[in-house]
Amino acid sequence: MEKSLEAIQNEIIEEFELFDDWLDRYHQLIDQSKNLEPMDPRHKTQEYVIEGCQSKVWLHADLDGDVIRFTADSDAIITKGIVALLIRVLSGRTPEEIKDVDLFFIDKIGLKDHLSPTRANGLLAMVRQMKLYGLAYYTKQQKN
Amino acid sequence: MLNIAKIRNEFPALHQRVHDHDLVYLDNAATTQKPVRVIDALRDVYTHKNSNIHRGVHFLSSQMTEAYEQARTNIRIFLNAEKNHEIIFTSGTTDSINLLASTFGDAFVGSGDEILITGLEHHSNIVPWQMMAQRRHAKLKVLPITLRGELDLEQLDSLLTPKTRLFALSHVSNTLGTINPVKSLIKKAHALGIPVLVDGAQAIQHGPVDVKDLDCDFYVFSGHKTYGPNGIGVLYGKESWLEKLPPYQGGGDMVAKVSFEKTTYAELPLKFEAGTANYPAVIGLMNALDYLSELGWSDIGAHETELKEYASSRLQSIDGLRLYGTAENKICVFSFLIDGVHASDTGLVLDKLGIAVRTGHHCAEPVMDFYGIPGTVRASLSFYNTREEVDRLVEGLGKVKQMFL
Repeated sequence: MEKSLEAIQNEIIEEFELFDDWLDRYHQLIDQSKNLEPMDPRHKTQEYVIEGCQSKVWLHADLDGDVIRFTADSDAIITKGIVALLIRVLSGRTPEEIKDVDLFFIDKIGLKDHLSPTRANGLLAMVRQMKLYGLAYYTKQQKN
Repeated sequence: MLNIAKIRNEFPALHQRVHDHDLVYLDNAATTQKPVRVIDALRDVYTHKNSNIHRGVHFLSSQMTEAYEQARTNIRIFLNAEKNHEIIFTSGTTDSINLLASTFGDAFVGSGDEILITGLEHHSNIVPWQMMAQRRHAKLKVLPITLRGELDLEQLDSLLTPKTRLFALSHVSNTLGTINPVKSLIKKAHALGIPVLVDGAQAIQHGPVDVKDLDCDFYVFSGHKTYGPNGIGVLYGKESWLEKLPPYQGGGDMVAKVSFEKTTYAELPLKFEAGTANYPAVIGLMNALDYLSELGWSDIGAHETELKEYASSRLQSIDGLRLYGTAENKICVFSFLIDGVHASDTGLVLDKLGIAVRTGHHCAEPVMDFYGIPGTVRASLSFYNTREEVDRLVEGLGKVKQMFL
């Protein structure tokens, strides 16, 4: 049985609570980036890129039965670590869960400024894009 | 010799803690911090002297107008320009270039004509020309750069053609720090009757600029990159050229007589200064430039050169650090990457150590494309920086390597 959206976010918060300084948090993100499942090279193309001023993010989504499978990557490691967390939380969830998910863990683990519009690292756009996929697949499911 | 400790005390923003560290501010090419003198001048305008300039009969207005025109005089002297009305106040370098691209384009550029720029330019010395070229069905030509980040001068002769209407180039590259040999380039262009615009946004704060000696037709810069306020910039133009250009924006101050049938325009410089001028910033800019003159260019230059040499040797001693822009003649700007580490990761870690650098493409994507990289880390130094701050940067980069490699 999959953990609930709330449970998985709480799990991440607990992992990060062990570290009180930024250095260890960045190390934790670097570790997360290493755990990210590699993206199919066919999807690491311009079509799936979310362009930021600072770093690039690639995001691909596919419907697998009732749930969306996300794969993603980034050219910068800290960004990639955050990408990995987002994938951990949102991949394998139903479109309905994803379309208006509350990602409370971001704030709780002190990564809020990484997802602020001023960072221009593609992460904010990535979250928006993931929710849009949720909405699009949800609308499609409702029609069928 | 500059007394750096004393000078640093005149810049309040330098003295703060960032993420539990003393701030090391190495983002001066993006904007410089302001001396108390400039901050006080702005405060004084808003506290005591504020009044809209020109045409006021009352005391405050004429006093403010006088101060505004005095600033024009001081800035004219700073640039060694011939006439006060050759100094046009704009909102910044970008505004100055847009003004020129629009008016020069309307007056002198036609179908099939060419504008020459260089491979080193900031977006603001590319896009206005591109937009104008599109409107006028003209072509944008680019003088390429070499691997060291210098202009490839061998290609100049083939790019300056009878169709070239204007040559627009930066005095100093914002990304690589290269100082371009503008004087000799202007001479070459003039031999063919081609006017030259020099973008001085990254040069004006590092050494004396003498527009008469350069013989440039236009010279532009921003206040905020030269220790002055935001929202103010200068377009210097030779009188003979400015007279030939049509007005840019319409509005108050730029007119002689208005009726619904016909409007006649004001003389220079007001022809190009439509709307209420940003007179507080003009006063601030004057104070910033006066401050630099009083410190003295030879002392500023000596300190910045020493810092540049120190930083250059310290950075080059870091294993795996690659410098972009190794021109013979450059200012103390260092664009670099550590092999295997993304610029954004480097910048994020340096930030946590209290060190402010810029990462990304620095609004010069063609330069990044030339090197085939998405961006660099850029440390840009000012005369108020110290060797100890360079050491902090080098230590920080050591930490970066430890974390990501």
